[in-house]
Amino acid sequence: MALLSRTRLEPLEFSRRWWLRLYVGAIFLMLYLPIITLIAFSFNESKRNIVWRGFTTKWYWKAWNNDSLIDAFVNSITIAVISTAISTIIGVMLAVALWRFRFPFKSAYEGLAALPIVVPEICMGVAMLAFFSRVTGFPTDWIWPLNLSAITVAHIAFSFPFVTVIVRSRLSGFNMELAEASQDLGASEWQTFWNVIYPYMKPGIIAGALLAFTLSLDDFVVTFFTSGPDTLTFPVKVYSMVRFSVTPEVNAASTVLILITVVTTLFAMRFQSPDKIEPEN
Amino acid sequence: MSTPIISIREVTKSFGRLKAVDNVSLDVMTNEFFALLGPSGCGKTTLLRMIAGFSNPTSGQILIDGQDMVSITPDKRPVNMVFQSYAVFPHMNVMRNVGYGLEVTGVAKPDIKKRAEQALERVGLSDFTSRMPDQLSGGQRQRVALARALVKEPKVLLLDEPLSALDAKLREQMQMELAGLQADVGVTFVIVTHDQDEALSMADRIAVMRDGSVDQIASPGELYEYPKNRFVADFIGKVNLIEGEVTGQKGDKISITTEMLGKVAIPFGGDDRGEFNGNVCLAIRPEKINISKSGVSKNHPAGKDYIESEGKIVDWAYYGDCSHMIVASKNNQRFGVVIQNSRRDSVDALDIGDDVNLSWLAQDTLVLND
Amino acid sequence: MENWNENKSTFWIFALPGTFWLVVFFMIPLAIIWALSFGEQVSLTKTEVTGTLEHYIRALGDPVYLKIIWKSIWMSALATFFCLLIAYPIAFLISFVRGRLKMILLAAVILPFWINLLIRTYALIAVFRSRGFVNFGLEWVYKTLAMDRLFGPFQPLELLYNNGAVILGLIYVFMPFMVLPLYASIERLDKSYLEASLDLGASQFKTFWRVSVPLTMPGIVSGIILVFIPMLGSFLIPDLLGGTNAQMIGNVIERQFKAANNYPFGAALSFLLMYATFAALALRAWHASRSKGNDV
Repeated sequence: MALLSRTRLEPLEFSRRWWLRLYVGAIFLMLYLPIITLIAFSFNESKRNIVWRGFTTKWYWKAWNNDSLIDAFVNSITIAVISTAISTIIGVMLAVALWRFRFPFKSAYEGLAALPIVVPEICMGVAMLAFFSRVTGFPTDWIWPLNLSAITVAHIAFSFPFVTVIVRSRLSGFNMELAEASQDLGASEWQTFWNVIYPYMKPGIIAGALLAFTLSLDDFVVTFFTSGPDTLTFPVKVYSMVRFSVTPEVNAASTVLILITVVTTLFAMRFQSPDKIEPEN
Repeated sequence: MSTPIISIREVTKSFGRLKAVDNVSLDVMTNEFFALLGPSGCGKTTLLRMIAGFSNPTSGQILIDGQDMVSITPDKRPVNMVFQSYAVFPHMNVMRNVGYGLEVTGVAKPDIKKRAEQALERVGLSDFTSRMPDQLSGGQRQRVALARALVKEPKVLLLDEPLSALDAKLREQMQMELAGLQADVGVTFVIVTHDQDEALSMADRIAVMRDGSVDQIASPGELYEYPKNRFVADFIGKVNLIEGEVTGQKGDKISITTEMLGKVAIPFGGDDRGEFNGNVCLAIRPEKINISKSGVSKNHPAGKDYIESEGKIVDWAYYGDCSHMIVASKNNQRFGVVIQNSRRDSVDALDIGDDVNLSWLAQDTLVLND
Repeated sequence: MENWNENKSTFWIFALPGTFWLVVFFMIPLAIIWALSFGEQVSLTKTEVTGTLEHYIRALGDPVYLKIIWKSIWMSALATFFCLLIAYPIAFLISFVRGRLKMILLAAVILPFWINLLIRTYALIAVFRSRGFVNFGLEWVYKTLAMDRLFGPFQPLELLYNNGAVILGLIYVFMPFMVLPLYASIERLDKSYLEASLDLGASQFKTFWRVSVPLTMPGIVSGIILVFIPMLGSFLIPDLLGGTNAQMIGNVIERQFKAANNYPFGAALSFLLMYATFAALALRAWHASRSKGNDV
């Protein structure tokens, strides 16, 4: 490996400059150290968070027995699953429409469809608050899980544009001659879509769905404005705990959430590498 | 080779104000190897895509095997295409790629396997059936695309710049193979190319296109030796052009005055190449010119008219089998001359700066309208 | 690409669900806020849209709010600047690394994105609070040097609940966002430009300033905008790390919609933020179109 060879530095071998490596290493350390200590101290015996008093999993048990925390967790997962399913379907459909068709004011429409990605979260949050509290129903006192519908609707609103963008950019690399070849060989449009275009889109769809899932699971600001007292999600619950005190129980809850999103992300990354297509049979 | 398999009748394709194909009519005969040749943007690919059905003519008619193709979608047309990028499905192995066209049209599984294997054998890929496309070389991918199209037993095989993505050596080999394959399977081939060598070496007939219309349709030999106009002469092979003016016509000879050669008489067949009046252009292929040092006596066979000129060699390029020379005439017109290095000492006979005499048979001179 | 009216039914089937969601659950809520920003509160839960500009005037005229707006801007700007400073060398290094290590480094940059913002902010609290790791470390150094005998017992530094903590939090949270656009444009930069510059006699330093930086300007601009906009609208970081006087616009907006229940004023502040976003996006589009000609 080039990194270990002892030849003289070439002018553009910045990856072998010790000072650059040291600097980048230090930055990464600072980036990860707080999170690593957070995870580490979720296993700490002491409640005083700062001194290591021995290994324990009691904070996880405490979190597990905290009913409102578990309720919030179940809410979060429920919202994330429903939001992901709907976001993926409508996001993919819109991506296909944008990829395939020319229509008037298309670039304006594309800008509009990407707007939920760039609008500040707080603006979206208060807009949802005003929309649900003053204009439409979606009461939060319906029976579970219908009482989560306002939050779910809001989550879909900011998630599906991400799916659209990812799938659309995947499709833009599609070689139209593949679809033409399929048609030329006698396949109908529908056959062509499922046999050629869909397999090509699949990595993008999976990546988009996983992104939608973590976006929903992680969202705090928009949920904060759309949730009622009985419809807390995990991040909103953790927020109220953090405001109240810094305890290892919060660390334990956070660690679980980190684990879920990181695992999901690692999956997403596997599918995002551009030209990766799973072979069939 | 008598009945037309494809008839294109007065086909025009407009994109907005641009006419990509402008009133083209031509027939492709059954079992011939037909080439559409022209520089990029001449409309050849558009024409091919209209035959395949990916694009619809703005006006005019396309008949395949006597049937009007209007409103017939690509999947229902009796033609198949080899795409420029080959479009081998990246998520299917070689076998499934080749079987795809049979699979989607409901051919029975065992039948698919049998026919696909035959097609693969024909292109020499029998050992690659379970490979994925990314494990194949460019040449192999092209063979897959060929087998995939041929397995459908099309009436016409369309090839869109099939060799442009291959390196020079492989291209030459594939040229031979394609021509052999065409003779072997007995399917009409229509190839689109911008490469004259490709068209000349493979095709039975070539249509030379420019700016959306066809300039000339002829066999390779005829195109080269009897180009219809200046564009065709210049596009196919190398040619020296001399501007001139028609001053008269006597029998089967036409008198033309040029600055470089003075007055010359060119025999012309009086065939279908029309009347020549006013400004014309004389064209002579570089390899048809004899070159010798000035003052050396020439022994032209008797009974033939020769055209002669003087000049000086100003540039020289050695290509091994032949040498290209640039000769400047007295009025400073540049003249390309090719000599065959048929003997080892051919190289030493002439050098830059030598005064030379150029001569060629009057009957090898082409008279061209613009 | 097909024209939509050549195949209308297919077009609508694919485009309609997304468009419906976009309009009903995104455009309409934003339109409501926009309308509210010109409204007057008539009772506790009722607002009438009267077309008044008083909330905008109040937001930009009242020194209390003007001060918060300015503070939000300079804190975000300062944090953005530090992000750029920190991120460029990282992006530079990653684009010069090859193979597996490159993937690992990229993953390491991207991973914090996916860790909950709340959790990352919370992790910082544990580091900076008066009984946190920084003070703990400082105390250890203090005692080791026996300074407590000279100056009395160690006084923990107040690292939290002030502007400094908010800026640090912004940098910590948003820095990875800066790395990616920078990396993308450095990666696309043809390295032979750098070699040409060195070959023509420029030093590494000059090559960096006169070739790398100008040619990666699109990435720098993208990164700045990508980081500055969410910083400006951030709510959680100042809420958790800032003190009572370390608020940003986001916190004021939140208070108007929750505790103070003054929707119109909150709406006006939100839309000031939206306008800033639009301006930034327009700036980026303008820059992109201008540099299209000499894009690398």
